[in-house]
Amino acid sequence: MKKILSPKDAVNVIHDKASIMVSGFMCCGQALRLIDALLEKGSKDLTLITNDSGFPDRGVGKLIVAGRVKKLIVSHIGLNPEAGRKMNAGEMEVELVPQGTLAERIRCSGAGLGGVLTPTGLGTEVEKGKQKMVVDGQEYLLERQIHADFAFLKADTCDRYGNAFVAKSGKNFNLVMAMAAQHAIVETDELVPAGGIDPEKVTIPGVFVNSIAWEGKP
Amino acid sequence: MSDDKQSKRDRIAKRIAQELPDNSLVNLGIGLPTLVANHLPKDKLVLLHSENGFIGLGPEPEDGLEDLRLVNAGGVPVTIVPGGCFFDSSMSFAIIRGGHLDVTVLGALEVDQEGNLANYMIPGKFVPGMGGAMDLVVGAKKVIVAMEHVTKAGEPKILPKCTLPLTARREVDLIVTDLAVIRVHHDGLHLEEISEETTVEEVVEKTAAKLTVPRKVAEF
Repeated sequence: MKKILSPKDAVNVIHDKASIMVSGFMCCGQALRLIDALLEKGSKDLTLITNDSGFPDRGVGKLIVAGRVKKLIVSHIGLNPEAGRKMNAGEMEVELVPQGTLAERIRCSGAGLGGVLTPTGLGTEVEKGKQKMVVDGQEYLLERQIHADFAFLKADTCDRYGNAFVAKSGKNFNLVMAMAAQHAIVETDELVPAGGIDPEKVTIPGVFVNSIAWEGKP
Repeated sequence: MSDDKQSKRDRIAKRIAQELPDNSLVNLGIGLPTLVANHLPKDKLVLLHSENGFIGLGPEPEDGLEDLRLVNAGGVPVTIVPGGCFFDSSMSFAIIRGGHLDVTVLGALEVDQEGNLANYMIPGKFVPGMGGAMDLVVGAKKVIVAMEHVTKAGEPKILPKCTLPLTARREVDLIVTDLAVIRVHHDGLHLEEISEETTVEEVVEKTAAKLTVPRKVAEF
């Protein structure tokens, strides 16, 4: 059984300078309540690992606009002008990572692997400073695993063991991030008893989840 | 957007739709490439891949039927067609990199005669990031660039050598613009077709890279 907390209490464990993986793709599949709770808590100097910088007024973009993010590791910042401005002004460090490489680097960490060999980024700025290897005649870049202190996940339904179902295109980074963080918090819309989710339909196995954020009464 | 610009974009999209094979899986980039979906051939089965995690990307839903859990790679609510399926990001990019995606259609800032593509940043000015583009261009079996032939200022975008940071090296197969269809060969760029509204001379003039021009050029 996992701890069931309000979003506000769930983010109490987060310290300044923490690294946080935030699932979601343009806010879809993103733990918006946890982000709001973290904003309210005032945590700062955060490193965020997330697919994109979202929108200025919604989700992870709000943390960026509020100046809480020291470093952003993302694949795309195109729809949040403030992210680009902060990067150009030197107020926030941004590491751009190809989206598939980002997913695999995160997965590697959660799966006990040191890194992954990918052809993505060869011949581009992405290859700078990275080791190249030839396997079976094909050249690859070595991309290292990426780990975080925390993960913010978003589920439609979660049981008390932390098994979670994530509907539709909300799945995106939820599973790999659950695996790769020291402490994964899943925000859920609905909480059900054990057995309330068909085991065939679990998106995130509860073994990866440390606490459950739910707005209802446990 | 002016009617003229819209009709140019539609011409590009319509021509690209003809390139998509039957029983294929295709990824369309945001912007101009998305328009290809409006021209999919009725007699062929083409399923669209959405990099954020599903196959079977369908049109935007009617007002009031939006589901915020089902969006495209631009974050816009869409639908999923019968025969589609959902998966996570790791699987989505395994499909892309693993050689399971038949065609990717992307926009470009610059493309050159070696098939190099630049479409993700202008240093110091426009740095949106590559998103899924680098994986798509490396992984798809066929890479089609969809773009207007010249920049807003009228400068060529098809160059002997890209000047902007590359998205990928030597991966582009076909370039479709409002003026021409150009195929990338080992020995450079071959003009295959021109639009009804242009001439071979105009295409050559507006292309900075060397073009191999056949004796007879078809129109589209």
